[in-house]
Amino acid sequence: MSGVAVRLEEVAKIYPGDVPALRGVTVDVPSGDQVAILGPSGSGKTTMLTIMGTLERPTSGSVQVADRDVVKASDAELAGLRAHQIGFVFQAFHLQDGMTALDNVALGMLYTGAPLRQRREAASVALERVGLAARMSHKPQQLSGGERQRVAIARAIAKRPLIILADEPTGNLDSKSGSEVVSVLHRMAADGATLILVTHNEHIAHSFARRIEMRDGEIVEDARS
Amino acid sequence: MSAASAAVGRTERLETARLPPNELFGVALQGLRTRRLRAWLSALGIAIGIGAMVAVVGVSASSQANLLATIDALGTNLLTVAPGTSFLGANEVLPDTAVPMIDHMQNVDSDVAVYQVSGANVYRTPYVPVEQTGGIGVDAAGDNLPQVVGTSMASGHFLGAVSNSYPEAVLGAQAASVLQIEHVGGRLLVSLGSTWFTVVGILKPAILDSTLDSTVFISLPVAERLFQVQPNPSEIYVRANVNDVNQVANLLAPTADPQDASGVDVSRPSDALEARAAAKGQFTTLLLGLGAVALLVGAIGIANIMVISVLERRGEIGLRRALGATRRHISIQFLTESALLAALGGVAGLILGAGATEVYSLAKNEPFVVPLYALIAAPAAGFVIGALAGLYPAAKAARLSPTEALRA
Repeated sequence: MSGVAVRLEEVAKIYPGDVPALRGVTVDVPSGDQVAILGPSGSGKTTMLTIMGTLERPTSGSVQVADRDVVKASDAELAGLRAHQIGFVFQAFHLQDGMTALDNVALGMLYTGAPLRQRREAASVALERVGLAARMSHKPQQLSGGERQRVAIARAIAKRPLIILADEPTGNLDSKSGSEVVSVLHRMAADGATLILVTHNEHIAHSFARRIEMRDGEIVEDARS
Repeated sequence: MSAASAAVGRTERLETARLPPNELFGVALQGLRTRRLRAWLSALGIAIGIGAMVAVVGVSASSQANLLATIDALGTNLLTVAPGTSFLGANEVLPDTAVPMIDHMQNVDSDVAVYQVSGANVYRTPYVPVEQTGGIGVDAAGDNLPQVVGTSMASGHFLGAVSNSYPEAVLGAQAASVLQIEHVGGRLLVSLGSTWFTVVGILKPAILDSTLDSTVFISLPVAERLFQVQPNPSEIYVRANVNDVNQVANLLAPTADPQDASGVDVSRPSDALEARAAAKGQFTTLLLGLGAVALLVGAIGIANIMVISVLERRGEIGLRRALGATRRHISIQFLTESALLAALGGVAGLILGAGATEVYSLAKNEPFVVPLYALIAAPAAGFVIGALAGLYPAAKAARLSPTEALRA
């Protein structure tokens, strides 16, 4: 596996009102790595994830995602990067209520410009991979929490992104469906995608080979097991 | 697919975020479908505005079409010849040769003269005070008057051979109503210049020349005998060949009075009706203004609902940004939703307005007409208004930070 999926150098993020979320973070995530970012709330882990996901720009420092300089890139370029190379999984699922599971997953590829038929095909493959082949025509409100999160994972991986970013994906789930979701994530990333997961749950972090621990906007530990 | 080749395949992709127009339409429709009731209510505002305007346009077009149909039925080939006023303002007189001269003109299908019987008034009884004339005039007329001016009998018959010897009278529609005579029957008499006349007929309204409606007609021989009427016509009605109306109109004055053609007024009564029809075609500005106010209110309603929608759908906006939507994709999506909503309102308004026009035309027994341009203009106006109303909410949605949106 060649290259670096994400590289942050001396990245700081200060929110309006002089609230520092990150204070000079430097980290390399090689392609194919599976990383858990661990830390209490307010430690800056979600901010780091949104910067890695190009949803936010740092106040200072340099950010490279999939060999692109995020700081210099235009809004449209970053959107293109997200459309093709980054898959997000959120704590709140963010599924569209009016759409079936299949269409929710197909929505994940909307901005790649792929035609609807192709998107639906990829979506159905992705749903099969997360074990929801029987739930394709269900709407989110007809699914359990764990199933919803698996739909969201399918949405993130349907386009086969380079990087999967998961922000507390188990935060709204009981421990059983939580660990199921994490193992699905591991499986999905196993074909070479980079998986970066934010959690405050030690138990979940332990299933990752690399763990980065954060506190007060700084990395306090970066360990491999 | 191996991990390495998958990774290579990935980096080779063209990395632009795209949203094809056909997809945009689906996305906007989906946005409206998930909030159906609200979409209908906000489209209703536009529908009422557009409906009001379509109804105004439709009703005026319908009554115009009605008038034009009337003109068509009555014909545009009726011409009238009347004495004018001289240069010094004195009343001219048509020579008594005018009628035979016009009779011999080419391209004249038929003609009839009326002669004013001055000084004679009509009353139900001689006991009615003389000054209560009811505004009814008395004319002597040829027996083909109804055919030439394009009217017919409401009751009874027109003057005939008997009328030349006996005092018989026919009432114009308005005159009959003033005298309170609804139909002819038995021995119905009116007092005309101290002589009893038998009423033999009542005319229907003469649309091409409504002055005939408030007139009572008697025959020329009787008028000459009883009222010493001179055989100088006060008006001659001429039906010209349909294809030669202008030519006949130009020749009528010199034919009627070769000595002094300038003292003859020739006119075409259908011209006045056509002018009236054109005036009806101009929709009432006031009503259009009211429609515009309703539209404005509808537009504000849509803008309002879209602003709320943006606030409510922050999660969705953040998600879309995370999925690769650019700011422009977001703003265009909201703009399209708003324009689509209002365009649907426009279509509904078109149906409402057409329905109102239909009800009006049924009630008034007029033809149903909605101008063709309204079919395109109504949805198009809705679309434009919606797009304008959506500008601010769309910009607001695009400015939203994706992370803030996702946290909502």
